[in-house]
Amino acid sequence: MSVLAPTPSGLALKSPGCRDAPVLKERGQREVFCGLTGIIWLHRKMPDAFFLVVGSRTCAHLLQSAAGVMIFAEPRFGTAILEEQDLAGLADAHDELDREVERLLSRRPDIRRLFLVGSCPSEVIKLDLTRAAERLTQRFAPRVAVQNYSGSGIETTFTQGEDACLASMVPDLPSTEAEQLLVVGALPDVVEDQLLGLLRDLGVPSVKVLPTRTADDELGIGPNTRFLLAQPFLGDTAAALSRRGARHIPAPFAFGEEGTTEWLRAAAIEFAVDAAVFERVTAAPRARARKAIAAAAETLCDKSIFFFPDSQLEIPLARFLARECGMRPIEVGAPFIHKGVVGSDLDLLPYGPTLSEGQDVDKQLDRCRAARPDLTVCGLGLANPLEAEGLATKWAIELVFTPVHGYEQAGDLAQLFARPLRRREALRL
Amino acid sequence: MKLTVWTYEGPPHVGAIRVATGMEGLHYVLHAPQGDTYADLLFTMIERRGQRPPVSYTTFQARDLGSDTAELFKIACRDAYQRFQPEAIIVGASCTAELIQDDPGGLAETMGLPIPVIPLELPSYQRKENFGCDETFLQIVRTLAVPCERTPEVSCNILGPTGLGFRHRDDVEELSRLLEELGVAVNVVAPMGSRPSDIARLGEAHFNVLLYPETAEGAARWLERRHGQPFTKTAPIGVGATRDFLAEVTELAGLASVSTDESRLRLPWWSSSVDSTYLTGKRVFIFGDATHAMAAARVARDEMGFEVVGLGCYNREFARPLRRLAEEYGVEALITDDYLEVEKTIEALAPEMILGTQMERHIGKRLGIPCAVISAPVHVQDFPARFSPQVGWEGANVLFDTWVHPLVMGLEEHLLHMFREDPEFHDAAGPSHHAGHGPVKLRLVGEDEPVAPTPVNDGAVVWLADAEKELRKVPFFVRGKARRNTEKFAAEQGLGEISVDTLYEAKAHYAR
Repeated sequence: MSVLAPTPSGLALKSPGCRDAPVLKERGQREVFCGLTGIIWLHRKMPDAFFLVVGSRTCAHLLQSAAGVMIFAEPRFGTAILEEQDLAGLADAHDELDREVERLLSRRPDIRRLFLVGSCPSEVIKLDLTRAAERLTQRFAPRVAVQNYSGSGIETTFTQGEDACLASMVPDLPSTEAEQLLVVGALPDVVEDQLLGLLRDLGVPSVKVLPTRTADDELGIGPNTRFLLAQPFLGDTAAALSRRGARHIPAPFAFGEEGTTEWLRAAAIEFAVDAAVFERVTAAPRARARKAIAAAAETLCDKSIFFFPDSQLEIPLARFLARECGMRPIEVGAPFIHKGVVGSDLDLLPYGPTLSEGQDVDKQLDRCRAARPDLTVCGLGLANPLEAEGLATKWAIELVFTPVHGYEQAGDLAQLFARPLRRREALRL
Repeated sequence: MKLTVWTYEGPPHVGAIRVATGMEGLHYVLHAPQGDTYADLLFTMIERRGQRPPVSYTTFQARDLGSDTAELFKIACRDAYQRFQPEAIIVGASCTAELIQDDPGGLAETMGLPIPVIPLELPSYQRKENFGCDETFLQIVRTLAVPCERTPEVSCNILGPTGLGFRHRDDVEELSRLLEELGVAVNVVAPMGSRPSDIARLGEAHFNVLLYPETAEGAARWLERRHGQPFTKTAPIGVGATRDFLAEVTELAGLASVSTDESRLRLPWWSSSVDSTYLTGKRVFIFGDATHAMAAARVARDEMGFEVVGLGCYNREFARPLRRLAEEYGVEALITDDYLEVEKTIEALAPEMILGTQMERHIGKRLGIPCAVISAPVHVQDFPARFSPQVGWEGANVLFDTWVHPLVMGLEEHLLHMFREDPEFHDAAGPSHHAGHGPVKLRLVGEDEPVAPTPVNDGAVVWLADAEKELRKVPFFVRGKARRNTEKFAAEQGLGEISVDTLYEAKAHYAR
């Protein structure tokens, strides 16, 4: 039996990576979503959960606008809109909240997990949702577990909402001594099934996922739990898991053939998987992924790319696009750069692009216009204005709504970036 | 506290953004946390605007709350002035900033900017988007409009169009054409299309055309009081309303007589021609903003020959006129912004068609009721590439097409009935001009199949097997009505069971 090597020779960088590269820190207007947006994908992942935002009409309007269309009769999320009298007396606000929750739970007996989601206004008036969650849990246990987290814009940026949600679940998980691998992050079911299948084929003994699909799925945490993050925005969840004694396995994220292989390899090394087994399990899907990427890489090769901060996926994606698609990142902006989480990706990202953290959107737009990148990755508020200035864009939100992780999606991921460029070539206007 | 799943209106600061985005040379400095910038995508994605809305958000964060959010606001204000060089600035707070009470208006005033600074007080926890439009426009007008001489020729302003408005772009174009045909010049169109310097000369017009009371009534009333400009009261949506509007304008303009060219108007003939016979008495439910809903009621009843079975609006500000109109139509007014309540009402009324908003379109999809969209809240579909106004002659033509489109066309309806027992045919066949003709499982008449939803049967009345079978022979598009009428008839007669005879007795009873 041969032991897997931590860094395969093929990964050696010709240039130094970006781990120690200087970071441009910006503090100005941020053109980003708040953490409430995560509810759009979280509620689909947890079909027995309801997300009740305690907030304002703005919160409700954001959720509706970010969801794009209202496709559900009665979605598993809603907003308890604060009114004048709620602001006047907090005691009354708690009574009101209890009443709304009671009404909701009696109408929706399918709800097993209820998340009270804090918003900017609820945080500013210091409405204590932790206390509310405890009170409501006592009242509705065992049928419904009530938890709370903040998705407010004053505390969270876009994908941090998922981080806050998952982190809020960790303290309540039962303890276990079992040796297990925990995959952390809400992935589309198809992707989750594929990645779990690969880990199972590698012979990793017990693989669990956070969040569990239903309240009844058992999940414990303990000192023999090791975890792999599936998403780069889960820093607080990682910290919460570490506090429970679980150990983080640092790895590049599973974007592209190389990313997926390294992500799996990190787990395989941890669980002493035989090198031959690793090769046997990954060889075919790796080849498929490489082939699928190659089709898009023809379009992407040598094209420059500029990332506005959005989902925290920017660094791993820049790594994928630079190394597997031959793109040239000019600026990689992220709302936060958590080196403990994206360090492995920074190591692999060839030195050169400006790394920026935070945002001052008008200044960043100036930099983008000056650089005239072939492709700009940005939020929905910026995409059409940049297109109107002649710059090709890719809307970042699609990257969190679409299955993009793993071998079988690697080609799709590359195509997401290639399509805007192909479209420009195709149109004769 | 009120649980809301979907909202008809955004918060009031979104109304202010709609006004600012419609204008040029105006900038909005909005004290708001990060995340509130989502509002930009309404304009760049839904309306497909090629520029960012002229809004600077302070995007304060939790860590700023302890220190100095007021300073952040001033920095944003200064940067916005320097970068965008606007003619005027509006300043205000979103719902969260309202709570921290930094007083953006007061702060901006102390900065000594060399341009007008217009403070907005938009109570986020009481009011909504339309109020935000109306109040913002009113404040802009109050601050900037100065007394001036009337134009030598008779002229008017068009008040109401904003960014992200339902067909505002095309309504302005159509309306301007109508006014031009009458010989009335358009002085300023505002807010959309105007600059602060144009607002200053609103007083040059002889009167105002209030196109959308929802967004500009406050300004129209103020201009009437302060500048002696009367304003129009009719929304020119539909044939009759357009004629009334033109008469109103003729009078306000002091013209001798109404001289209009109706050669572009097709609705009257389209509605009179025989293919439209099938529209007679179609039961429609109408819901939207009050102006569009009330206008739609008149068009539905008088110009399409529909039967209005329900009428409502989501903006309480206009509850009174809408209630009055509903009474005139003999229906109960539904004034609510609760989407679930609207759904419940539609379910109970089981209309054959909905004239509603995008929300009702979704309700219609679920209940299998065709729906045409007549009002905001807007969707990317409401910004078509083609010219598609709601007002004026062309607007009337558009209404006819839009409302008839979801229905089965006249002759086609007849043929569907005729051929319904042919094996190639099936009940689920909809109008041929609709997409989505996927493979549908073929069912023969009499085969067990779920028969249309049974909204009003509370279980008290039982359908006998033969009657149930007979009911299936009724064309699908009237089957719901047949079922409902029969059940109502049975209940009135105190019958516990419905037989084939009951079905036909009910049919005779309700025959028109």
